[in-house]
This record gives sequence, structure tokens and C-alpha cells, in this order.
Amino acid sequence: MWPFSKKKQLELPDFWWEYDEHFKEKLPDDVKENTFVVLDTETTGFSLTKDRMLCIGALKLKGDSIVVKETFEVYIQQEHYNKESAEIHGILKKSRKNSISELDALKLFLDYAKNHVLVGHHVMFDINMINAALKRNGLPKLKNKTLDTEKLYIRTLLISSVVEQKERYTLDDLAKKFSISRKDRHTALGDAFITAIAFLRTIEKLKPQKIKDLLR
Amino acid sequence: MKNTISERIADFLKNYPPFNAMETKQLEQLSLEVVIIHKETNSIVFSQNENPHDNFYVVNKGAIALSKAGSSQILDICDEGDVFGLRPLLAHEKYKLEAKAYEETILYAIPIKEFKPLALENKRIGNFLIESFASNTGNPYSIKHRGKLYGVNEEAERYSTNKILDLQPIKYSTDLITCKEGTKIKTIADKMTKYNVSCILVEKDDLPAGIITDKDLRKKVATGLFPISATAKTIMSSPIITYPKELTLAQSQMAMMKSNISHLVLTEDGTTETKAVGILSKHDIMVAVGNNPAVLLRAIKRATDAKRLRGIRHGIMNLLQGYLDQNIPLGLVSKIISELNDASTKQVIQIALSKMEEEPPVKFTWLSMGSQGRAEQLLNTDQDNAIIFEDVSEDRLETTRNYFIKLGESISKMLNTIGFEYCPAEMMASNRSWCHSLTEWKNVTAHWIHNPGPEEILLSSIFFDYNVAFGEKALADELSKSIFDHAHQYPQFFTHLASGALQNPSPSGFFRDFLVEQDGEHKDFFDLKLRVLMPIIDAARVLILSHSIKSINNTAERYEKLAELEPNNKELYLACSYASKALLKFRTRQGLLHNDSGRYIALDQLNKEEKIKLKRTFKTVKEIQSLIEVRFQVKNLLR
Repeated sequence: MWPFSKKKQLELPDFWWEYDEHFKEKLPDDVKENTFVVLDTETTGFSLTKDRMLCIGALKLKGDSIVVKETFEVYIQQEHYNKESAEIHGILKKSRKNSISELDALKLFLDYAKNHVLVGHHVMFDINMINAALKRNGLPKLKNKTLDTEKLYIRTLLISSVVEQKERYTLDDLAKKFSISRKDRHTALGDAFITAIAFLRTIEKLKPQKIKDLLR
Repeated sequence: MKNTISERIADFLKNYPPFNAMETKQLEQLSLEVVIIHKETNSIVFSQNENPHDNFYVVNKGAIALSKAGSSQILDICDEGDVFGLRPLLAHEKYKLEAKAYEETILYAIPIKEFKPLALENKRIGNFLIESFASNTGNPYSIKHRGKLYGVNEEAERYSTNKILDLQPIKYSTDLITCKEGTKIKTIADKMTKYNVSCILVEKDDLPAGIITDKDLRKKVATGLFPISATAKTIMSSPIITYPKELTLAQSQMAMMKSNISHLVLTEDGTTETKAVGILSKHDIMVAVGNNPAVLLRAIKRATDAKRLRGIRHGIMNLLQGYLDQNIPLGLVSKIISELNDASTKQVIQIALSKMEEEPPVKFTWLSMGSQGRAEQLLNTDQDNAIIFEDVSEDRLETTRNYFIKLGESISKMLNTIGFEYCPAEMMASNRSWCHSLTEWKNVTAHWIHNPGPEEILLSSIFFDYNVAFGEKALADELSKSIFDHAHQYPQFFTHLASGALQNPSPSGFFRDFLVEQDGEHKDFFDLKLRVLMPIIDAARVLILSHSIKSINNTAERYEKLAELEPNNKELYLACSYASKALLKFRTRQGLLHNDSGRYIALDQLNKEEKIKLKRTFKTVKEIQSLIEVRFQVKNLLR
């Protein structure tokens, strides 16, 4: 397969190579120096093959601040459409919001994410969704490191075998625990914001010094 | 281009001045420029004499304390929606105060560059700024006149080392309870009882005509001078003395003393010719001064929401600081503070109950566990609690439990709002495993006693310090009885409990130096709770339980009781009682100093005397540990 993959690599568009270029740089050691991209996607369902992303929302977290102007929110034009989940997100196929093609959305997202660590609640779902979209457009997978807020949150809890502890913590559970308003639940950027606050509160508890402590 | 987050910010800001004066479009524009900042407890937003930032700040959530550098006196606390750090930006001065996160806080940083043109353009914003800087009361439109926007001016600064409170505008009640001149006295008394107020304003043509206080009812009605069917006009004090609404604490105290009255009526312009806007009672003044537990207790009982309670709890912390500064005996201090904590918890439960859609299906008991149960919770530490509810038939068990879990959730959320952290091990009534019927609890505790593994011993040691905070005491008593019955059937439980009490790592090393934490978040700190406090507390628990005494939870009091029960060990027990108080005081001091739970201590910040004091308690810890080791034959267990 090698010769093919080489050939395929040559066909990758410029924006991919620009994205790729960022990974030559090492992430800063100190957690506070790092920029985290907190993201959430709204999708038509849970199938990686059948379902599609409707929206990607993301924001950048550096130190203790989020710059509102630098947030990311794109809506994607839909071919595939799942009626049931539209009821959750309220995103209809022909939404009033200006939507763009999947490829354009990916292009913008790669340019936004660069080599930063991606943070999300159940982040692998979002990553897999984006990877599936990348594949459909003939692109390789995301190269970013990831952090899951659920796993981080569990690390803050005391381990005890007798006290019954939940195995899963939803974003709602976390929002409740940290008293974060859940008003914008189920909009991609709103969920990303809740995730970001939960992330900040969690790392305050864990107090990691180096980025590698977090990524372990 | 607005987005979801900027919309949310605009939505928040529009409720607070000066942003409420902005047009929606402007506010949306401004919101886009905001930077959201998350501050950990005790982290600094800006320090004194720092050059002004490019932004000023609005508190979205949490609280920011403004103080002079190097002094622990907090000049002001900025709450949700309060603006701070704006004046230095407009005046091109350095910051005159230090702003520090009082608790975990989310701030909106608003760039002055974007804000200034809007402020110049919009007259209402301009006026707001001028008024707030001139009157120095932060928010002239709000009833909560407190120095927000900037804090103190030059004049006030001179007083800042002691209480500048005297010059602060005072908070008064604006929910006026009024009646007409023709209202019957009985109706008035009913109304005053209903609203739980000590005075009522008599109005004529919407203008204040007179006032009736508790005193009038006592002197003129209860004595038989007037019947309860008489009208308000016959007993009211008139003409009334009115004052303008901008009053400082000192002014209002003077006014009351001058006319020898206990209530001031505040009107629009200070004369009887304008509408009354509020009543200021002696009680309001005392709350503002805030150094009286009885006043705080009454304020707690009157609070109708968690937010109000949170404010009162700031007062409790002030009180605590004052007591420690004055070296008042800790036994007394912990009693008073625990009473106040207890009252806050009770009030929270009352509020939560009133907000539930249904009445509780059966009787229940709310237990405080851990430090609160032992009445040793001076600082706001974690909440540990549980619910016992009356036995119900099998088919109703789950619905009943679900009701109480829901209640537990709402209570523990409110407790969190007023400053009690969630328990990291989820030992809270909102957790299914801590919300049981009486029979279930009997089974659970019996299981712990009969299978005393390390986990069960840990749980017992937390749970067995329970104290009834609210509800049916009989349920808890019955549970205690069941626990003792089981413990006596299976005396080995005490051996295990005693061995649990010996598990804590030693406080000092071979050369009598302090042992500090080796790694983790608190590396090189001394863990006061784990290494010294816990062994003493654990030892007291196993000793007192072995005497079948459940009514005493406080560690110091337990040792005093033990000294009474076992005269031959009296000296050691009294030393333990003393040590437990000394350690608690130590922890509380440290906690107040760093605004945390006081558990971890930086040794290099202690002076020689403090270190010696601390070390002296280690000896007592060793002695009590060897006593329980021998008495409960823990060695046999280890073999």
C-alpha cells in the first residue's frame, strides 16, 4: 500500500499542509501557556457512517481566559437528514443560519484548531465525527492531542468501592455540579462553553503543572 | 457577527447598570469584545499600584474582594453583576485597591476602548458614571448601595485601616408593609405577624402619615388603653420623622439616638411630602455592623433565598475572625459558629421544602455528618449529609426515596451556593446510597459493623458522628440504638474502629521534625487534618462509642465526658480535649488567613511559638493512640 499512500499524500490540498505544518512545533510545557480548543459538534445521530455533522462550535482557552471574538461556530449544509435528532438541536435542514459546505467547514476548523489540544465532553465522539467527515473528503485524520472532560472529572473524585459512584457523567451532571447555566445546552458553541468552564474548574482541582500531566 | 456566547453575555449584562441603559445593538457589539476570565479562589485580578489594564470587569459568577494590599480587611465584595476597576481606567490612575477572587469567579473583561465611546455618547451611562463616582456608592440606582465601581475615595481611605463601614451607605428594606389610617389594630397585628416585621407604616393619600411599632402595640393595646378594634390612627406615632434615602451607617445611628426611635422612615427627598421608599430599623443597622451572633441568627431565620444567606455567611466569617483576634475561648466560639451553621442549614432546608411541589410523603431526618456533625465546622468545609426517612411499604419505597433524593439535591445545591463545597466522595443525601429508610439504614450500619473492612471503617467513622440538623429526632435515636445493639453483639468492631484510628501517618519524624507531604498538589505542606486532627478525633469516637454514648459528638466534649467516666485517665483525656481545641483553632486561623479549609499548612510561614505549640500536641496524640492500641487489643488484629 505504500506507493499508493505516497501518491495520495501528494494530492492533499494546501490547507491540509498548512495544518500539518503546525505540528512541527512542540506544545508548550506549562499548562498555562497552552491554548486549548474546546469543541462540540451537533450531529444528525450517532452513526459514524450514516450521520453527519450539523454544526461545529469551538472556543479557545488560554490561561484563564476565553476571548469571545475568537470563537468558532459554523453550520454545515446537509444532504443526509435525520428527523429525530433535529428535534433535539432545533437545527432544521434548511436553517436560516448561513450554512457552508462540509469541506469548507473542515478547512476553517483545521485552520482554527492548529496544533492545539482539543478538549471536549466525550471528545472521542466529536473527533470521530470530524475524522469521518475528513475521510469523506479524502483527507487524513486529525493529528491533535485530545482531553476528555468526563475522564478528567472522574480523576477529581475520591475512589471508593463502597460508596456508589456513577460510571458515566454527562455534560448536564457536570454543569449541575459546577453550577453552570444550562441555558444554551444543545447548541454546539453553548455546549462548548459549558465544557470549557467545567474544564477550568476540573483542572483547578487537579492542579497540573505540565501539559504532560494532563495528557497522561 | 454575534455568536451564542456573545448573546449570552449581552443577555446577562442587560440586567445591570450601566449596561441596562444601552441599546440592544450596542450591547451586542460590546459583548463580542468581551474576554471571559475564570479566576481561582484567592487569585489576584489586579494589585494595588498596578497600572490600569485595558479592560474593566463585571462579575458574572462568584465574588471579588477589594482590599488594601497587605491588610486582611476586606473593603468591599463585588457580587454578580457588579462592575469594578473602571474608575482608574477613566481617570488614568493606578489601581488603588487589590482585587482578589473571594471564591471561584467568572469575570467578563470589557475593553475600555470599546466602552468609552458608548459611555460618552449615551447620556444615561454618563450620568451613571458621574453619579457613582461622585457619591462613591457604586450603583446609585440600586437599593444595594455599596462601593462597587471603584471602592473608596481619598477621604474614605484614611479610615480604611479600621472600619470604614461607618461611612458606607446602609441597606434598608424596601418591601414596605403599609396600612391606612382607618385600618383596625387586629388587622395590623395580623399583617405584621404575617410579614414578620416589627413596624408598619401608616399612609394617607400615599404619603407617610404615621408609624406603628411593636412597642406601640405593647404600650397602648396590650395594656388595655385601646381595644384591638380601634383604628391605626388612634395609636400611631405621628408626625413621623423622615430622612432622605441616602443615609450612611453613622448618620442613621445618630438619627435614631437623637430622636430615641428604633425605626427611620426614608422618603424620596427626606420630607413627609414625598412617597416613602423604605424603612430602616435598628436591626438593619446591627446587621450592617454585623458583629452580633443574635442579629445574624435572626437574619438567617428571615432569609428567604440562598443568595441572601450567602451574604449573611460573609458576616459569620467576619465574626469568626473577630473572635479569634480577641482570643475568645474556642469552646465558646465553636458553639456559636456551629449554632449559626446549624441555623443556616435549617433555613436552607425550610426554603427547599417550601419550593418542593409536594409535602414530604413521610417524616424524615436530615443528618449532618463529619465535622458539621461534631460541631467542629468553623470554616466552610465540605458538606457531608444523609437522609433517614420513615419506613414505608415495599411498593412505595422507590417513589418515596426519589422524593427525598430530589429534596437532597435541591438542599445540597443551595448549601453549595452559600459556601459549603460538595463532598468529593459524594457522601450527600442527593446520593442514593445516603438516602435510606430507617430499616435500610439499620441494615447498612449493621453490615458495616459485622464486616469491618477498611472501607466500612472509613464510612462508619464519617457516619457515626451524625447529628440531627432537621426533622424527626426519634428516627435518629432509633438508629443509634440499633447501632449500639449491633456493636455490643460484635465487640470486635471497636477493635477495627480503633485500628482505623491508628492508621493515620505520624506527624513527626525520628528527629521530631515535621513530616510534610511528599508529592501531589500539596507537596511540602504539612497535612494538619490527616496527621494530627484525625487521630485525635478518631480516638475520641471509638472511646465514646465503646461507652455507648451517642449524644456527644464534639471531640473536645467527648474527651471531657471520658475524663468524667474514667477518672484514672483523666489527665490524658483533658490534655486531648485541650489539644483538640488548640488544633481546631490553629486550623481555623490558617483557613481564615488563606480563605480555604485550613487543612494544609505551609510550615515556613509559622513562627517559632506556633511550631512549638503544634509539636506539643503531637505528644498527646501519641499517648492517646497507645491507650486505644492497648485497650482494644489492636495488635491481635494486625497479627
